[in-house]
Amino acid sequence: MKIPISLVVNGATVEAQVEPRMHLGDFLREHLRLTATHLGCEHGVCGACTVLIDGRPARACITLAVTVNGAEIRTLEGLQGDALMETLKTAFHEKHGLQCGFCTPGMLVSAWDLLKRRPDIDEREVRVAMSGNLCRCTGYQGIVRSILAAADEAKTAESV
Amino acid sequence: MKPAPFAYIRPASIAEAVRILADGKGSARPLAGGQSLVPMLNLRLAPVERIVDLGGIAELRQTRDDGTSVRYGAMTIHAAFEDGEVPDASNGLMAHVAGRFAFRAVRNRGTIGGALALADPASDWLVTVVALEAKLHAVGPDGRRVIPAEKFVLGPYFTSLAEGELLEAIEVPKRPKTERWGYCKVTAKVGEYAESMALALVDRARGTARVALGATDGAPIVLPEAAASALRGEAAQSLRETIQRELVAAERDFSRAKLAMHATTVFRALRDAVSS
Repeated sequence: MKIPISLVVNGATVEAQVEPRMHLGDFLREHLRLTATHLGCEHGVCGACTVLIDGRPARACITLAVTVNGAEIRTLEGLQGDALMETLKTAFHEKHGLQCGFCTPGMLVSAWDLLKRRPDIDEREVRVAMSGNLCRCTGYQGIVRSILAAADEAKTAESV
Repeated sequence: MKPAPFAYIRPASIAEAVRILADGKGSARPLAGGQSLVPMLNLRLAPVERIVDLGGIAELRQTRDDGTSVRYGAMTIHAAFEDGEVPDASNGLMAHVAGRFAFRAVRNRGTIGGALALADPASDWLVTVVALEAKLHAVGPDGRRVIPAEKFVLGPYFTSLAEGELLEAIEVPKRPKTERWGYCKVTAKVGEYAESMALALVDRARGTARVALGATDGAPIVLPEAAASALRGEAAQSLRETIQRELVAAERDFSRAKLAMHATTVFRALRDAVSS
C-alpha cells in the first residue's frame, strides 16, 4: 500500500505516494530524477548516497522515504551555487579529488558538512571524518588534499 | 538490494506504539533511527511484516535533567551527544564515545535507544551505559519498569525487553565531578564496530573505581577486582594479572588472542582513568 508523503527537496515542495519499502535514494533518483545522489552498496557502508536531511548529512539508502515525511532534503544539485560547495568542487578538480566520479557526490556533501562544522580541520581529522565515504580510485590522497585546499580557500575568502 | 514489502505505521504517542506492537497482527518491529534495521531490510536479513516507526513520537526525543541524573529520550541521536546538544551526566564521556563510532551520517540518524535495544555486543552504548550505571526505562503492554543497565543484555542481540516492550529513556546518574574516565577501543578501521572496548571510571577522592569491557561475545563484563587493583595503584604487571584472572573467571569463550586484546583495552582504560 502506498503512503502519501510531503517533503521539501532542494527548496521545492514535493508530494508523492511511496511504497514503505522505498528508500530515500531511490525516491530521489527514480521519482524526482535527481541523479547526483549515487547508490553504491545500498546498505549504508559506502557513503555515495549521502544527502542532507534537515541540514544534517545522512545516508539516503538506509533512510526509508516514508520516514522523512515533512523533512527538508538537500542533495548535491541543491547545493549548486553555494560558495563553499563551489570551492570544494574546484578543489576536487584541481587536486585530483576524483577519478571515475562515482563516490564524488557523497564525498562533496560530507566534506561540505565537515567544513561547515569544523573550518579549522587538520589532515588527520579530515581522514577520520571522511572515513565513512569510500573511494576505490584515488587512494584518498587527492580527496584529502582537495578538502584541505578548500578549507584554506574558504578561510581566505572569509577573511577578505 | 531492496527490502521486501512491509506495512508501515507511524504512531504519534508511546501508548499508541505499545498498543500497535501488542495487537499481534503479524511480525512487527519498532524502527528507531534505522541505521541497523534498514540495512538488514535492504539485505533481506530481517523478515518483517510491519514497521512501527517511532520517529513521530516527540516524547522519545526529550531529555530531562532531574538534578541527580539526566534522562535521555531513547530516540536521542548519537550526534546530539557528540555535539553537546543534550545535558551531560558523564563528565564528557558520552560525548567522547558518541563521536567515535560509525560515521557522522550514521550518527545523525542512529539513536541511543535503538542501539541498545538491538544489543549488538559490539555496540559502544552498551558498554557505556553499563560503565555509567545507567537505568533503562522500558514501557510495554504491562506498564513501565526500570532495568539496571547491567541486567539489560542477556546475550548477543538478546535483551531483557519483552515482546512488544520499548525502551523509553536512558537515565544516567550524574557522575561525581572528581571522577576521571579512561576509554580504550580497538577497531579494524575508523568507524568499524569495536573488536574490544573498555571504559574505566576512577574517583580517587571518593575511593571508587569501575571498569566495564564491551564488544565481548555477549553482555558487557564488569571487572570489580581489576578496578580495585587500579584504584590501589598496583604496579602494571600486577594489574595486568588481575585483569587476566578476572576475564578468565568470567567464563566467556575467548580465544587466547581475544583474551589478550580485551585484557589490554581494560588495562589501558584503567591506566588512563587513574593517570588523568
